[in-house]
Amino acid sequence: MSKMPLAGVRIIDLGTAAIGPTTTRLLVMMGAEVIKVESLTRPDTVRFGSHADDIIEGRFWETGGRHIWSDGGKLSITLDLENPKGKDVFKKLVKVSDIIAENYSARVLKNLGLDYEVLKEINPQIIMLSMRAFGSSGPRMHDIGYGWSLWAETGLAHLTGYEDGPPKATIIPFHDYSGAIWAAFSAVVALDYRRRTGKGQWVDVSMYECGVAQNAAAMMDYIMNQRVPTRRGNRNPAIAPQGVYPCLGEDKWVAISVTSDDEWHALCDVMGNPQWTKEERFANGLSRYQNHDELDRLIGEWTITVDHYEAMHLLQKAGVPAGAALNCKELLLDPHFNERGKFHRVTFPKVEGMEHLGTRIIPAPHFKLSKSPPQVQRTKLLGEDNDYVFHELLGIPVEEVEQLIAEGVAGTEPALAKTPIASGKFNPPARKLLGHIHEWDENYKEILGLDE
Amino acid sequence: MEGEQALCYKVLDLTHYIAGPYCTLLLAALGAEVIKIEKPGQGDGARRLGPFFKDDPHPEKSGLFLSLNHNKKSITLNLKTETGVKIFKELVAEADIVVENFRPGVMASLGLDYEVLQQINPAVVMTSVSNFGQTGPYRDYKATELVLEAVGGLAYSTGDYDREPIKYGLSQIQYDAGKTAALATMMALYGRAQDGVGQHIDVPIVESATFPIESLHMNSYIYLGAVSRRSPKIGGAVLMDKYLQARDGWVLPIFYGYVDWYEFARFMESEELANPAYETMEGRLFHCAEVEAIMAKAIEKWNKREMYRKAMDWRFTWAVVQTPDEVAACPHLKETGFYTEVDHPVVGRLRFPGLPFRMSEAQWHIGRAPLLGEHNEEVYVGRLSYTKPDLVRLRGRGVI
Repeated sequence: MSKMPLAGVRIIDLGTAAIGPTTTRLLVMMGAEVIKVESLTRPDTVRFGSHADDIIEGRFWETGGRHIWSDGGKLSITLDLENPKGKDVFKKLVKVSDIIAENYSARVLKNLGLDYEVLKEINPQIIMLSMRAFGSSGPRMHDIGYGWSLWAETGLAHLTGYEDGPPKATIIPFHDYSGAIWAAFSAVVALDYRRRTGKGQWVDVSMYECGVAQNAAAMMDYIMNQRVPTRRGNRNPAIAPQGVYPCLGEDKWVAISVTSDDEWHALCDVMGNPQWTKEERFANGLSRYQNHDELDRLIGEWTITVDHYEAMHLLQKAGVPAGAALNCKELLLDPHFNERGKFHRVTFPKVEGMEHLGTRIIPAPHFKLSKSPPQVQRTKLLGEDNDYVFHELLGIPVEEVEQLIAEGVAGTEPALAKTPIASGKFNPPARKLLGHIHEWDENYKEILGLDE
Repeated sequence: MEGEQALCYKVLDLTHYIAGPYCTLLLAALGAEVIKIEKPGQGDGARRLGPFFKDDPHPEKSGLFLSLNHNKKSITLNLKTETGVKIFKELVAEADIVVENFRPGVMASLGLDYEVLQQINPAVVMTSVSNFGQTGPYRDYKATELVLEAVGGLAYSTGDYDREPIKYGLSQIQYDAGKTAALATMMALYGRAQDGVGQHIDVPIVESATFPIESLHMNSYIYLGAVSRRSPKIGGAVLMDKYLQARDGWVLPIFYGYVDWYEFARFMESEELANPAYETMEGRLFHCAEVEAIMAKAIEKWNKREMYRKAMDWRFTWAVVQTPDEVAACPHLKETGFYTEVDHPVVGRLRFPGLPFRMSEAQWHIGRAPLLGEHNEEVYVGRLSYTKPDLVRLRGRGVI
């Protein structure tokens, strides 16, 4: 029997960009009713990026890949919270909801007169979930920050990189996604607490603290021993050799970790036991670590002759921890992820004035509940649920809903001209020339089996 | 911290190392009673991993272990003995949650898979954390943090264009998987109220290495057919992918959403930057090497924190690379109450990171980690029906 754990939980989603929409993504997939609220003048920036087939025409705000990933299954309404009528509707919505999720900067809701103190007067059981770069207290509470800045601020940049190189940045805003897991967890904790005690509350998540919490090993080394650990590439004194080695083909790699002498001997067997593997300097973990540069060069002489998948399978069969460094195309085609049902295929209806999305892949969440398969669904169009939410849910008369639309408080067409939004084309061929991408498959739909 | 405890559940914790213990740490810090079951004589393998207090590799002095096991009760129990399994089943009857991170198949070989636990206690939620999940062709593959980041796709996305992929610092994915397990467990518990029946949760750590790249990189393939790589060959600073050197450290401007480029050029005090060719993101991408070089020149005269403050005043987003000692001394974290000082009988008083959220009603609490087997008597005698002489016998037979 299937049951959705969060069935009956209604969430108002004011989230923008990454951590906000990602947090509610995790909750909607497990059965919550999530109502995404956007303004026509400032729709969520997550809508702009990875537009299907790089077409930025017509209703292109519906076709962004990041938006579809983040917002599938959510209801979509539009509401201008700066407008007094919009504010009234919002307050009605607060009355019938369980959670408000937001990741604005600390001033926004206060300035709108919609902070927790006000909202709990309307609904004392409401749970407000705030997700900010530096939280909602302390000297840096008003600082602006995104995942990219937190990578640097938390110390993770200092701890990531080649041994001989500078701190390494990454374009992945890791702390948005890592923080979203925290935020979703704290929301369910607050729901559980409310069921037991009847009390709502304000939950204030700090992305900065999320990141620092999981750097505990480095923090403790400093606190206990006044030592400041630094980056060391892929190496680890307790695991030698450990590295990512080049394989047959262009930009193909295999990661290998040798955690014991048994695994070392198994690795040597797979490589065909060349003479150098018997040298004294590679006899134990410590000496292998001390001679790591030379060891890496020698292992690389074997790996470069093997396909990265083949290297992984050969080594794993021999009992050595190893893994091909998969790129996203390989992940999408990988037998393990596919057999586990990771990649759901979702078909979108044809909509006039909008590039037809056809069938696309939306990944399931990164955990599985035996009796609660995730709800992986298409995105709604901007404002698609205005009528349902305003009229059916909140009981606002049809004429008043029409009035809201006539006055631009709600609607289905964003006023993008009023707010400049950086949403240039992705331009895969140019990016390939610049080295921003590795490969571009014009026939990617065929490769993924997405042809209708 | 003052305040009511958030959770009232009973957790049986069979986990070791990082991902599993982080899951039960979150529950313990929020008030759940966590009974940590450790191997007699050895305990959790994290007790043997550094960093150690004063570099002394003593099983009660691992900073990693101490930071992952606050508030938990430690009992020793050998599940490879019949009596051990029997005692475990007695504990399951009272538990809301069982968390384990053995290799897939181990619980079944001990006669303790979900079907068995459910017969003892239908309400129990069982959470299994494993490298590649409980099913699928790689189920039994061995892994380390690096291997998981490689197969999950994170490693391919990290590193210089023409060098090998590299792992994230420390064990980020183990932590992400741990809190994912805590999230899924809380969801199952919340949903349990519908019918009083628990369920089995499968948390593959490898998918925590996929989750962060889905939105940006995986979608580039699903919607555009583009395979993203690591940092670009040139001009990475324009893509938030390369730090620039200030006088005393590393910094980076963050361009997200709309940027008023001429205002940015004024902020950087660089006339060269105020070039119409760089006005849009597209333009900056095509001139990324030039833009990066000009920014680098404008930044080198500044101290990193002066530049940061100025950026905040001008409402630009900015990043400063901090080192762990700077984070430890961070005045912001002092004021938000993130760190907690904890007394421990072996290492004395130490400061630990806390949980990254504040709740207006309930609160989290960080107490000390248990010594190996410290709560044997409390649990076996106080909770179950064993006597002190029983414990002596069980110890003699290697059961506890």
